[in-house]
Amino acid sequence: MTDAPAIEVDGVSLTYPGRPAVAALEGTSLTVERGAFVSLVGPSGCGKSTLLKVLAGLARPDAGTARVGGQDTTGSAGLAAYMPQRDLLLPWRRSLGNAVLGAELAGVPVATARTQARALLERFGLDGFERAWPAELSGGMRQRLALLRTFLTPRDVLLLDEPFGALDALTRREMQEWLQEVWREDGRSVLLVTHDIEEALVLSDAIYVMSARPGRIVRRIEVDLPRPRGALDTTSTRFGALKAQVIEALSAGR
Amino acid sequence: MSDAAEVLRRRSFEVLPALVFLAAAVAAWEVAVRALAVAPYLVPAPSRVWAAFVETRDVLPAHLRTTLAEALFGLLAACMAGVGVAAVLGASSALRRAVYPLLVISQNVPMVVMAPLLAVWFGFGMMPKVLIVALIGFFPIVVSTLDGLLHADRDLVDLARSLGAGRAQVLRTILVPSAVPGFFAGLQISAAYAVLGAVIGEWVGASSGLGLFISRSQTAFRVDRVFVAVIVIAAVSILLFAAVHALARLAMPWQHAGQGGAERGHA
Repeated sequence: MTDAPAIEVDGVSLTYPGRPAVAALEGTSLTVERGAFVSLVGPSGCGKSTLLKVLAGLARPDAGTARVGGQDTTGSAGLAAYMPQRDLLLPWRRSLGNAVLGAELAGVPVATARTQARALLERFGLDGFERAWPAELSGGMRQRLALLRTFLTPRDVLLLDEPFGALDALTRREMQEWLQEVWREDGRSVLLVTHDIEEALVLSDAIYVMSARPGRIVRRIEVDLPRPRGALDTTSTRFGALKAQVIEALSAGR
Repeated sequence: MSDAAEVLRRRSFEVLPALVFLAAAVAAWEVAVRALAVAPYLVPAPSRVWAAFVETRDVLPAHLRTTLAEALFGLLAACMAGVGVAAVLGASSALRRAVYPLLVISQNVPMVVMAPLLAVWFGFGMMPKVLIVALIGFFPIVVSTLDGLLHADRDLVDLARSLGAGRAQVLRTILVPSAVPGFFAGLQISAAYAVLGAVIGEWVGASSGLGLFISRSQTAFRVDRVFVAVIVIAAVSILLFAAVHALARLAMPWQHAGQGGAERGHA
């Protein structure tokens, strides 16, 4: 294991070909320290998801480098555990089968992966649903199952693309507090993409604010609020001040 | 009232109109044949067809067994060839462009033309009949299995790749399961035509089978027996279709999830 940061993005640019060609990222740079929870906030369509795809090894940057744990992700997928926006559960696998997909593909023996998954079902609110098909689960449960699949993937870095984007506000708030707890027990490095400022503030050690397309990093804001952070903390003065900073950075990048 | 009884009651109401209509049609047929005094070698009355069925019930099972065996072996061959070809065509777009038009053309060779040729090549045994069933059944299976392979959700493929899957793992975890519903859709079409294919083959020349039974009855002007065979063929085709449907349900239990289990999931 090296001392390299969990994620290092240096001057990454990416333009989607087509008419007109769409410049998604332009000279984007950011760093996620080991064990940190970092969020990427920006307006819709600013290239946040594209950056995660680059880190997941699914998109090739035109310029710059993206490294996960010191390894270049260009053309090599599977360095990080990636959770896309859609939950992408396999409809033909039961909950448990979906939970172990990442572990299975990474070469963990299926029996071992299943044991690990069973141990976490309760923590992920899926107790008693291990034999349910994805079509039988509610939106929140599907999302937690996709998160369980991501957490069970044996990688040091997690890439989460708007994991709660499709959920209603109340479920979302619950899931944020729950994710905070799960992550604190887990301790791996996370890069979370979101357009929800409060979500970013509740969960993160640091927030990168991105500009509108083509996406550039406008600012990095350290979130020094004590943990655990609950719903009540979102009403504190310090929280409000940090939120103002993020909003200010967002409007500066417009 | 229990759920099962409720479902049964609703189901019987669904088939009731069809049964009433069928009974009415058979009655009208009987009445018309008697009233107009139609000769039995032109159109036999339902009562006469029934009598012919009772008369032939000892020889019919042997013919049916032959035809059914040919249909099942033919379907099996169609499945193996169909899945194999779909897999190869799915892997290479160049091959797909080269072979696909030929496949479509091959489907336009009439089976009534192929059947005598196959009899000349392979004799009067089961082989040429199995081949006809396979030739008819192969195409729908290739087309819809290939469709399932090619239209697998790109995002699922990307997800598997992002989790470190190689080509073989993507095939096993994503592409093959994605093609299963298409395969069964094709197999259902093939199953519906399988018995018919076997009968066409037997028509040309056979030592046993429903097709032989029909052609013998026809030369003897026993139209009542022809009707018996037609009804048996229809019944067997429906049963075969239903069997494939049941097999599909067993193989893809997830396709029927989410209706009954929805309340549980949203609790």
